[in-house]
Amino acid sequence: MTKARVAVSMEGIVKRFPGVIANDRVDLELLEGEIHTLLGENGAGKSTLMNVLTGIYRADEGTLAVRGTPVQLRTPKDAIDLGIGMVHQSFKLVQTHTVTENIVLGLGRGLAPVKLSEAEEKVRELSERYGLQVDPGARIWQLSIGEQQRVEILKILFRGARILLLDEPTAVLTPQEADELFVTLKAMRAKGHAIVFISHKLDEVMAISDRITVLRGGKNVGTVRTRDTDPQDLSNLMVGREIRFERFPGEEVRGDEILEVVELSASNDRGLEALKEISFTVSAGEILGFAGVAGNGQEELAEVITGLRTPTDGSIRLKGRDMTGASPKQVIDAGVSYVPADRHGVATVGDLSLTHNSVLRRYREKKFARGPFLHLAAAVDYARRLIKEFNIMTPGEGTAVRTLSGGNLQKVILAREITTHHELLVVMSATRGLDVGATEYVRETLDEHRKKGAAIVLISEDLEELLSLSDRIAVLFHGEVMGILDAEGADIETLGLMMAGRKLAEAS
Amino acid sequence: MPMRLELRLERSRKLEYLVPVVSVALALLVCGVLLLATGTNPVSAYAEMFTEAFGTSYGFAEVLVKATPLILCGLGVMLAFKMLFWNIGAEGQLHMGAWAATAVVMTGWDGSAWLMIPAMMFAAAVGGGLWALIPAYLKVKLNCNEIITTLLMNYVAILWVAHFIYGPWKDPVSFGFPMTRQFPDGAQLMRFGDSRVHLGLLFALVAAIVLYLVQEKSRWGFEIGVTGGNPAAARYAGMNAGRNMILVMLMSGGLAGLAGMAEVSGIQLKLLKDISPHAAPYGYTAIIIAWLARRNPWGVVLVSLLMGGLYVGGETVQITMKLPVNIVLIIQALILFFVLGGDILSRYRLVYRRGVSHSPPSGGTPSAPPRGDGEVLGGG
Repeated sequence: MTKARVAVSMEGIVKRFPGVIANDRVDLELLEGEIHTLLGENGAGKSTLMNVLTGIYRADEGTLAVRGTPVQLRTPKDAIDLGIGMVHQSFKLVQTHTVTENIVLGLGRGLAPVKLSEAEEKVRELSERYGLQVDPGARIWQLSIGEQQRVEILKILFRGARILLLDEPTAVLTPQEADELFVTLKAMRAKGHAIVFISHKLDEVMAISDRITVLRGGKNVGTVRTRDTDPQDLSNLMVGREIRFERFPGEEVRGDEILEVVELSASNDRGLEALKEISFTVSAGEILGFAGVAGNGQEELAEVITGLRTPTDGSIRLKGRDMTGASPKQVIDAGVSYVPADRHGVATVGDLSLTHNSVLRRYREKKFARGPFLHLAAAVDYARRLIKEFNIMTPGEGTAVRTLSGGNLQKVILAREITTHHELLVVMSATRGLDVGATEYVRETLDEHRKKGAAIVLISEDLEELLSLSDRIAVLFHGEVMGILDAEGADIETLGLMMAGRKLAEAS
Repeated sequence: MPMRLELRLERSRKLEYLVPVVSVALALLVCGVLLLATGTNPVSAYAEMFTEAFGTSYGFAEVLVKATPLILCGLGVMLAFKMLFWNIGAEGQLHMGAWAATAVVMTGWDGSAWLMIPAMMFAAAVGGGLWALIPAYLKVKLNCNEIITTLLMNYVAILWVAHFIYGPWKDPVSFGFPMTRQFPDGAQLMRFGDSRVHLGLLFALVAAIVLYLVQEKSRWGFEIGVTGGNPAAARYAGMNAGRNMILVMLMSGGLAGLAGMAEVSGIQLKLLKDISPHAAPYGYTAIIIAWLARRNPWGVVLVSLLMGGLYVGGETVQITMKLPVNIVLIIQALILFFVLGGDILSRYRLVYRRGVSHSPPSGGTPSAPPRGDGEVLGGG
């Protein structure tokens, strides 16, 4: 390690997008023969930084040097030529082609054909050298996810990559496949490659990496050697040591129990276990916060409660009524509102007007129906009311919501969901990406809604938000609830430990 | 200098409607070059086509005759497209509708038109609808690609009809021609005056009104629009996309089936080969119509009239100027070609410079920050 050469050095990287600074003077140094973890919450700027390094984005400021030579990356091709390759989370493979065909795809100059048999030999040799077992003649659709990931890694090794970036490679793997990946990563490290490993899973990070760089809010908040740190330090770095917040005073008296979840389990989209026997209750006039590092089952939890995902085990009761396995429509009809994390992809239809989006989940109600027809005048009135009450900045209710800013779009969603029901509200990442003003507005709105007697499940990666709004906080880790504690006077260190996988009893 | 396509942050309404118009003009222009190459004056050919189709009462009546099946098929295809179900099987659904309507007659029933016509309409709608139901079901249950299944089923339907007119239903006194005997009076659609315009035109216009109400005004139409606009949002809103897909295709196929019934009962008066013009079959032209019409029912009516004019004009110049009838097909193909190209330009802009975009190329709103780390902001 001491004599290791510097593979990449990024200095003072700044990348701005309209309204946000995604990278704010970030320094990053990669050594040859090291596994370097990039840690940070969603939106901390990890992907942007990697996109700068792979030539997809050009930094607004800062310098980049590869093996000591300053370089300018104009296109992804420039990065590949310098031996920088990235394995993305979603694979870019042609399902009906063979492993070798996928690997050589896009190579070759002019009309000269690629010699497939030679390529296959090289693929075989590479896969043996790095322990990336996969049949070069197999077709992609025949391979497991873990094998497909190996093909992606082989693809960049084939192109001569010495600097490998892996974006949350273990998110899609089974624990066994992850172990196999780690063996490969170690083999590559031994051969002098520089590896950037992006992950949220602190135990993995501790196990595999040599050094760890933590990003928060687009800034590098520290690079540490793994042997000098522990999961608790890391989670503190990720969420920030000094959290400043003012608590919204909760209600003294809680109402009836609204939601009761008992030993609930569910799988993620890959069929892997995402929630393990979690139990909790939420009462009227209460906000139950869910903390945790992203990807620990939060999304699955929200989806199971709202009927978008079927649980594999356990039960959900709403006001004493069994709602286990109910359809999204039944859940809506039972009075559950939902503000999903993905505002563009799930919560709205970009090409439709604000009016249509404001009744997206309510168009079945009598109020908006005239026989089989949509009562457009009522919907327009309703949209206008929302615009006024929630101070939504838009040219009018007929505007396609695609043109709204993130904050205004979130106001539309929140307004629609809050003015609907007063039973249960499930909110996920409510303020992610919003500016200070909009964030404050959303929080006040949630607080008001609680005062009106709604039960709220608030899922967030933002501890400050959870501490200021919640009555109680549950911590999710690997799909399990590590414990539930009162938010009033909650110890941030304890929360950090729980987020790193300690149970409440051990952490406090 | 290399060209690149960059996503437009805001789609332009003006381009949305300009693209079809410019596409038709460009198609005529390119086809004009082809005509010149064969030694024909394109201006006089187009003038002849236009005046014959829209300048004479006989010609215009024929335009209405051609527009009738085009409107019905076009509306069906439009509805499916609205939900992003790529139904290119209107041709097969039309054939199954024609077959089912004929089956009612082939029972030997010779009753009053008041009973026979509704029975044939019902049979045709069911025939076309059920035929369309098969690919819809395969899509919902097994995620089969509907472009392939609907296309291939066209050939099955056409051969199915062929089997009956060459075989069991063949008119014994047809001198060997593959066709059924002529339908009894009660099975013939009423015609207007001494033209060939028949009651089917009324079905088509009523269908346009119904589809306008369904698509633009009804809550079910709202579901279809949401599902087409963002399937994940439809699920989030508690809509049953699978059920809607089945219903949409029943309706889509039913409309094409009605077109088939209108052709056999209003024009041919028997079931025979080529109930749909061989050079440019109605069911395929309907795809171009639905696309040009911007998924708008009134647009379908308008574009169908223009396409009807193209058929009639094409037949005219075939006779008067000895031009091949395939000219219609060429113009249609060119129009579709330009519309599809134009649509890409209305969603993307051409950029003539080297380098990488500085704005997130994944689209979204200008003020939307880059999304979570999981998303690959690819491009370039």
